[in-house]
Amino acid sequence: MGEKTEIYSGIRQKTEALLKIKDMSLSFIQYTSGLRQTELKVISGLSMEAHKGEILAVVGSSGSGKSLLAHAILGILPSNAKLEGKMEYCACTLTQEKKEELRGKELALIPQSTTYLDPLMRISDQVIGSVEEENEGLRKKLQRKIFRKYDLKPEVERMFPHELSGGMTRRVLVSTAVISSAKLIIADEPTPGLDDKTLKETLSYFRDMANNGCAVILITHDIEAALKISDKIAIFYAGTILEVANVEDFKNDGEYLRHPYTRALWNALPQNKFQAIKGHQPMQDEVTDGCIFYERCSKKSEFCSKGFPNLKRVNGGLVRCNNVS
Amino acid sequence: MKHAKLGFFLGKKTIKLISLLVVVCFASFWIVEQSPIDPVRAYIGEMSIQSEQKAKLDEYWGVNTPVQEKFFNWAGKLLKGDFGVSLIYRVPVIDVIKEKFTASLILMACSWLISGVIGFVLGIIAGMKNGTWIDKAIKTYCYILTATPTFWLALLLLMVFSVYLGLFPLGFSVPIGVAAANVTLFDKFQHLILPALTLSLLGVAQIAMFTREKLIKVLLSDYVLFAKARGEKGLDLILRHGVRNVALPAITLQFLGFSELFGGAALVEQVFSYPGIGQATVAAGLRSDVPLLLGIVIFSAIFVFFGNLIADLIYEFIDPRLKQKEAML
Ligand SMILES: Nc1ncnc2c1ncn2[C@@H]1O[C@H](COP(=O)(O)OP(=O)(O)O)[C@@H](O)[C@H]1O
Ligand code: SF4
Ligand SMILES: [Mg+2]
Repeated sequence: MGEKTEIYSGIRQKTEALLKIKDMSLSFIQYTSGLRQTELKVISGLSMEAHKGEILAVVGSSGSGKSLLAHAILGILPSNAKLEGKMEYCACTLTQEKKEELRGKELALIPQSTTYLDPLMRISDQVIGSVEEENEGLRKKLQRKIFRKYDLKPEVERMFPHELSGGMTRRVLVSTAVISSAKLIIADEPTPGLDDKTLKETLSYFRDMANNGCAVILITHDIEAALKISDKIAIFYAGTILEVANVEDFKNDGEYLRHPYTRALWNALPQNKFQAIKGHQPMQDEVTDGCIFYERCSKKSEFCSKGFPNLKRVNGGLVRCNNVS
Repeated sequence: MKHAKLGFFLGKKTIKLISLLVVVCFASFWIVEQSPIDPVRAYIGEMSIQSEQKAKLDEYWGVNTPVQEKFFNWAGKLLKGDFGVSLIYRVPVIDVIKEKFTASLILMACSWLISGVIGFVLGIIAGMKNGTWIDKAIKTYCYILTATPTFWLALLLLMVFSVYLGLFPLGFSVPIGVAAANVTLFDKFQHLILPALTLSLLGVAQIAMFTREKLIKVLLSDYVLFAKARGEKGLDLILRHGVRNVALPAITLQFLGFSELFGGAALVEQVFSYPGIGQATVAAGLRSDVPLLLGIVIFSAIFVFFGNLIADLIYEFIDPRLKQKEAML
């Protein structure tokens, strides 16, 4: 533990960490035939930090467990989930009780899709949320102000979720976080289905939040969108974070990128070499001893198949790879 | 736009009702025609009559007229609103139906409301406490009720409350031997309680199980997860999102249950000698009162049809998600 804390303190930081996660792992208890109990590991050995005033993008392909990471932070995992590791918020241990106390107040989730809105509740009631009667007037005013800011017309207040367009839904979902005045905002895939203009706008909302002092975790599979606004990029792969890079590391030829997977991702971008990565992410039930990227890595060496490499600090970023120094 | 849609909807339903009634008329007439019912016997009862008179009555009831002609005679009168005369009550069928239906309607409305409210509340509690002993108790209660024959439960309640405890009258909708003018509202109410209770108890099971299942599904939905992520919890969350999303389908189901309600009422009325439409149906069937039987069949078809109509109306016009479809059409 002590070693890791040191690693983090070594990274170039503008501000203090609001959220720290150390060695988190998440598995699902499943009952297969004959009441045999198996454990499906979805996230393992994940460490990350979110800082005030910064946007941390968590980039990974779909099905890799990103939403579950968000749900774990908020404490809304399904009952068969087993969460391990350490989480700290404002330098205090973040227990389940603490999460329940903080969510809606200091922690906010911007969910992935319109299915997270109650189909039978009017938009304004959903954005305002559950509040005591005496605060309702105040919240209503606040909601109107936010809607004006996000260019949501007054009619939208009385609409139902299915009446919203994709862009409107996104802005409504963002409003739910803004109205809460949360300090840590986790946005889960906020960009799919948006046209260029709405995409830019949505991303700028997150920049605003960070500039107002929030820590923003932006979960996405769209590395290009992430590069546009984030300060740091965490590369999420098969349930863990392989590299935390600063956004500048992606400039030029990507020669500052640390992990072979991040480089492969960089090469796969259309404006670069547009080279797809061969192979696929290991499935959750495939148990690997060594480096989780071993099968697909072009730089692997023999000892990579034995033991998962530790998180190392390299060049103001973090990386989990044996062949980087 | 909206009125146009409602007009179109009601027009469609009217056509549906008419074709339903035509089919019901044909079918029920045909079935009655196939059965060995002798209307003359039904009319005269056990009296003996001369063959001359019998021939006259045969002609009056059309015993020897061909089926088609009989049907068209009956249908023709029906179109003019003439349902004929009841053989056992000896008054126009329409009057019998009016009186009996009113009595039954009170009974059915009471149990419909009570079973709906209690069933819904039980379902919400069970769904909320999914897996706990409360949930198990409610589920067990519902399974037992579903497996209980209506008449058996009716008899049981009758025995316990009327015979042993003497709390309620034994039967009929009014006290025996009291002139109609002297029957108080309280009397009527007292005679209503046990039959209504029986019907309600039975109706609870279906709606409670349905509400429970629905609520459990809602509680696993993304929007409840998000509500939790925003700090909502406990009863407040159930009321804000659970009840809101379960109420409409539950009410719809309750309206769709009109046919079962009618069937249940027939049995319960029989046991409690409650003079409603159910009892009249049984009497008409057992004593071959063809005009009354056909009249009741038609009216009960209309009754059930309206239950379904209301259920459809709720789905098409009250659920905001379906309102949207109209805009896209
Ligand atoms: N309740 C659950 N039980 C078992 N496995 C689950 C459960 N919920 C999610 N998973 C698994 O976790 C994986 C990661 O899901 P998710 O976090 O939604 O991925 P992402 O958001 O990165 O697309 C999924 O592939 C799914 O198979
Ligand atoms: S540890 Fe080895 S296998 Fe894993 S990414 Fe680095 S070089 Fe490749
Ligand atoms: Mg996801």
